[in-house]
Amino acid sequence: MGSFRLGGMTFGSLFKKPETLLYPFQKKEPYVGQKGHVVNDVSECILCGICQKTCPCRCINVDKAARTWSIAPFMCVQCGSCVRACPTGCLSMRPEYTPVSGTKYYDEFPVPEREKKAAQTAS
Amino acid sequence: MGKASVIPFGPQHPVLPEPLHLDLVVEDETVVDCIPQIGFVHRGLEKLVETRDYNQFIYVAERICGICAMGHSLGYAETVESLMGVEVPKRAEYLRVIWHELSRVHSHLLWLGLAADAFGFESMFMHCWRLRERILDIFEKTTGGRVILSVVCVGGVVRDIDAQTLKEIVAVLDDIRGDYEKIVKTLLTDTSVKNRTVGVGSISREEAAALSMVGPFGRASGLPYDVRSFGRGAYGDLADFQPVTDDQGDCFARVKVRCLEVLQSFDIVKELAARIPEGDIAVKVKGNPADGAQASNVLEQPRGECYYYARGNGSKYLDRMRMRTPTSQNLAGMTVALKGCDLADVNMIILTIDPCISCTER
Repeated sequence: MGSFRLGGMTFGSLFKKPETLLYPFQKKEPYVGQKGHVVNDVSECILCGICQKTCPCRCINVDKAARTWSIAPFMCVQCGSCVRACPTGCLSMRPEYTPVSGTKYYDEFPVPEREKKAAQTAS
Repeated sequence: MGKASVIPFGPQHPVLPEPLHLDLVVEDETVVDCIPQIGFVHRGLEKLVETRDYNQFIYVAERICGICAMGHSLGYAETVESLMGVEVPKRAEYLRVIWHELSRVHSHLLWLGLAADAFGFESMFMHCWRLRERILDIFEKTTGGRVILSVVCVGGVVRDIDAQTLKEIVAVLDDIRGDYEKIVKTLLTDTSVKNRTVGVGSISREEAAALSMVGPFGRASGLPYDVRSFGRGAYGDLADFQPVTDDQGDCFARVKVRCLEVLQSFDIVKELAARIPEGDIAVKVKGNPADGAQASNVLEQPRGECYYYARGNGSKYLDRMRMRTPTSQNLAGMTVALKGCDLADVNMIILTIDPCISCTER
């Protein structure tokens, strides 16, 4: 008789909203705070390299000479260590997942000269 | 009695989610001996402790196994905290236990679905995984990840759960409890399930004790051993905790113990959510583990007791990190359970033991 009890539950599912989405036509909205991918607000970045040292999978590369901050999104495990370690708060975790790609790549963020330093250089 | 022959079972087999090879020595249709072999998914994760500092290793530890991810990060963090003499805030302990119990629910629901699928109960498989998805949604909402949560750090946790979200979690658990109880009632009363499980793969209490079996496998044989009953962390604040046990020791008893443990986890989460104290969620950990300092720790994973050992060397890298996982304890019991069983029952016995090979091999 046990099967009939479960059958009732299965039958009841016919009158409920589907539990699944018709992916890829319907997509689930990401939750606020979902760990999707890391981005850098370059206007605040001081290229200190703390994020690079903190990263457990070594996917961040800070090039002070070329003034670039780059991350390999397919090596990143979205642990959020870099975001928590950043002294200026320029790193943030966005809820959207990294888009599908056929190749592995680095997301490169050119970091502009900061105004104070630029002024010192000009004088 | 016929001539003995060897039937290889696995590493690729529909009933096994992970690679485990068994040489089954059979006479006619009866298994007379079983020789397990592992080593197909060894990744050398313990060795990585030499190249990742004690804060970074937490993300390696939780990748030992997808199902026990929360448990491994928690067990590792507790070991390092004990190594460095760090006291974790009370709120962090509660949050850790809430997530850990939810991960037990998702592990047992996954297992229950696989078990139902193994004895041809497809609709129950779908219902179990439907309910599990609700738990994964809670994880996604509160930690940002579905399976790998990355929410524990040495010294506490990295995310808080606000009062409103805690209420929502309790509401979700109350909501799925009705459906879950129907599933359990069906599973434990259905004759087709009983025909496949009652009296199959029995292990006596004495054998279970002699083989040091842990987790639901041991508890189904009447061993009341559960690390949660030691009352460490937030478990100590529970009004009452009694391990779920059964004295039959067969496949049905294992199914029953796991089914009831999920209900127990619902109650634990509900109780802790009602009593969670206010305060910090982490303390700042400074310095490195002392040279020669050693610490060990045990934690009740979904599959049983997991033992952790760590040794410091004065630097930010640990000298040694060792884990003894529940499945490595239970493999000996599995070979005993398989001896004398019918060849057709091998699937069911292996599944009810719920071996986790990724944990075992690391």
